[in-house]
Amino acid sequence: MTDISASPAGKSKGSSLLELDSRTRRRNAAERRFQIYGIVAIAIALAALLMLLVSIFSGGSSAFRQTFATFDMTLPAEQLDPEGNRDPAEMARVTTIGYQNVLRAGLVAAVRDAGIVPDGVADADITGILSPEAAADLRNRVLANPDLIGTTVDIDALVHGRIDGYFKGRVTMESAVRDANITPERLQIAEAMVENGLMSTRFNWGFVTKPDASDQRPEAAGLGVALLGSLYMMLVVLVLAVPIGVAASIYLEEFAPKNRFTDVIEVNISNLAAVPSIVFGILGLAIFINFAHLPQSAPIVGGLVLTLMTVPTIIISTRASLRAVPPSIRDAALGVGASRMQSVFHHVLPLAMPGILTGTIIGLAQALGETAPLLLIGMVAFVRDYPDAPPEGLFDPASALPVQVYNWTQRADPAFVERASGAIIVLLAFLLVMNAIAIILRRRFERRW
Amino acid sequence: MNDMRIVERDVSTAEIKINARDVNVHYGTSHALKNVDIEILNNNVTAFIGPSGCGKSTFLRCLNRMNDTIPSAKVSGLIALDGEDIYDSKVDPVQLRAKVGMVFQKPNPFPKSIYDNVAYGPRIHGLTRSKAELDQVVETSLKKAALWNEVKDRLHSPGTGLSGGQQQRLCIARAVATSPEVLLMDEPCSALDPIATAQVEELIDELRNQFAVVIVTHSMQQAARVSQKTAFFHLGNLVEYGETGQIFTNPRDPRTESYISGKIG
Ligand SMILES: Nc1ncnc2c1ncn2[C@@H]1O[C@H](COP(=O)(O)OP(=O)(O)O)[C@@H](O)[C@H]1O
Ligand SMILES: [Mg+2]
Repeated sequence: MTDISASPAGKSKGSSLLELDSRTRRRNAAERRFQIYGIVAIAIALAALLMLLVSIFSGGSSAFRQTFATFDMTLPAEQLDPEGNRDPAEMARVTTIGYQNVLRAGLVAAVRDAGIVPDGVADADITGILSPEAAADLRNRVLANPDLIGTTVDIDALVHGRIDGYFKGRVTMESAVRDANITPERLQIAEAMVENGLMSTRFNWGFVTKPDASDQRPEAAGLGVALLGSLYMMLVVLVLAVPIGVAASIYLEEFAPKNRFTDVIEVNISNLAAVPSIVFGILGLAIFINFAHLPQSAPIVGGLVLTLMTVPTIIISTRASLRAVPPSIRDAALGVGASRMQSVFHHVLPLAMPGILTGTIIGLAQALGETAPLLLIGMVAFVRDYPDAPPEGLFDPASALPVQVYNWTQRADPAFVERASGAIIVLLAFLLVMNAIAIILRRRFERRW
Repeated sequence: MNDMRIVERDVSTAEIKINARDVNVHYGTSHALKNVDIEILNNNVTAFIGPSGCGKSTFLRCLNRMNDTIPSAKVSGLIALDGEDIYDSKVDPVQLRAKVGMVFQKPNPFPKSIYDNVAYGPRIHGLTRSKAELDQVVETSLKKAALWNEVKDRLHSPGTGLSGGQQQRLCIARAVATSPEVLLMDEPCSALDPIATAQVEELIDELRNQFAVVIVTHSMQQAARVSQKTAFFHLGNLVEYGETGQIFTNPRDPRTESYISGKIG
């Protein structure tokens, strides 16, 4: 594009500076063209990003809102605590079915008291708006606080996913006619309840904190276990990959002799960074699960596999930033009698730190979004129990954010599509937090020389 | 070369600090330094002159084993500091470099505060026992480098924020702070303006009271101004070594003569 070949015809003696000669005109035109290419490329990239964000946020932001039925009811002692001792161990014998009956009775009473349904409507249509999960929530709440029995409490009950979908525009009266899970009558009751303040759609922390739920209960599904699983895996990667990667790079860059053997290692590290992630999954399955007998679906195994993937990335970027430190700094340190190790740790490493952090965060971000290797080591299992606190919790089954997204998109109910988009938003937020931490750390380390 | 002002010479009595015999340096297959024999005297400034690429820096770097950091460099021959072979397998180059300090061509202060720059050497060598003692070392070193008055109010601002000449004097202070016995300087003034150069030259003349100073320089005027002894290198050979006055006024070798008079270089 920049034609250097000198054509002597360009300049003629005595030509005016106020008039561009043809060569200058061509050069300026080429420069303008190049700038236009650049602007077009950036515009395309921005448009793609915008489309991505719009589609994710328009589809996923509703996952953070959920419809609840809110009403008051008295918890009957004779049904929920037949022995009357308020002893949680005894009370646990009352199953979710028992709570379901109580909850349904309370809802029917509240709705009929409000006088918003004609007398002809069957109780089953009123109770049908509740989520099966609502009774389990109530049971957990009572078992955690037995003194609630006999008192009048505010109930916040999850409603059925189709009702929730109706208020989010996913379900219509027409689709309800053909839908075995919902009837137009129930939708009408729900609308009447909203008008009377018995039902509302509002922000739902449960989406971020609750565990996953079964296919029939999209309204109850949350990201709690996946979020913890991803967090634990990131901890494992951070604790293992960063020290290993940085130490290996320092050794290779500052201490190792330059010979055939280190050349081979160097080439292999670059190749390792290009290996498809699923291969690391197979490796992890063979080594960590089949050979070392670590538990399946555990964050420790996921973390180890992701560590294998991340170490080459960290090594490559760390070596690049070590190499970018001016050699004069090493000379200066050695010149006053510092040992090689002192020169590296006192002078070179602090200067390389911003670059190392950038590489580390890129590696961690890749690891955070990785799905394929986790599928192979069983992280796709349906897990409803939260893992314990680390370190024991690292061996408990858990899920991971990207796997949860994949999992939800596989399910039949369209309510899960909304939740998958919501999970992507959480994943992006997780990434943003990590990047923000990296930027803050980098600011602290950044020095001029 | 008529304007050359040659300093009063008082070479004679000083003892030999560094004795080099038959030193050869190869970078891979290229023979950079050939059979160099030289005796460097204590309390004198010795200047290395010669055209670019003749091996001045290479030889200077042999004297504190900085060549060890270049994998392809192979040094042979004998270099003795106070009679001890510095290439003996028992010698740790780190200990040697505390005794033989170095100032580089381009000022290279650490990206730390002025104080930390000077204090770094004493710290890693454990030369001081208290903060007060360290403060004292920093102050005397900066004074020896003629920088104290300019920076005493901002010891904790970054050393990289100083001007080029100040940075180079900071590097000299840093080298002086470890109380070396020999100070090597590789073209210390080539990145400086004439005023800063004059300051550094004045400094070098004072430093020789305490050290043996070896300075590589491109400028023959500079060699004439600051040194007592001058060595002329050409194509890896030490062509001529003698008192500065003799080298500049009455060179014995025709190559020295033509270099001095500007015919090669
Ligand atoms: N690190 C190195 N690797 C290979 N050859 C080098 C290296 N440093 C210097 N040389 C070669 O050694 C010779 C002497 O260089 P040098 O000592 O730097 O010269 P001077 O300082 O006198 O200009 C030159 O031919 C140069 O190309
Ligand atoms: Mg040189």
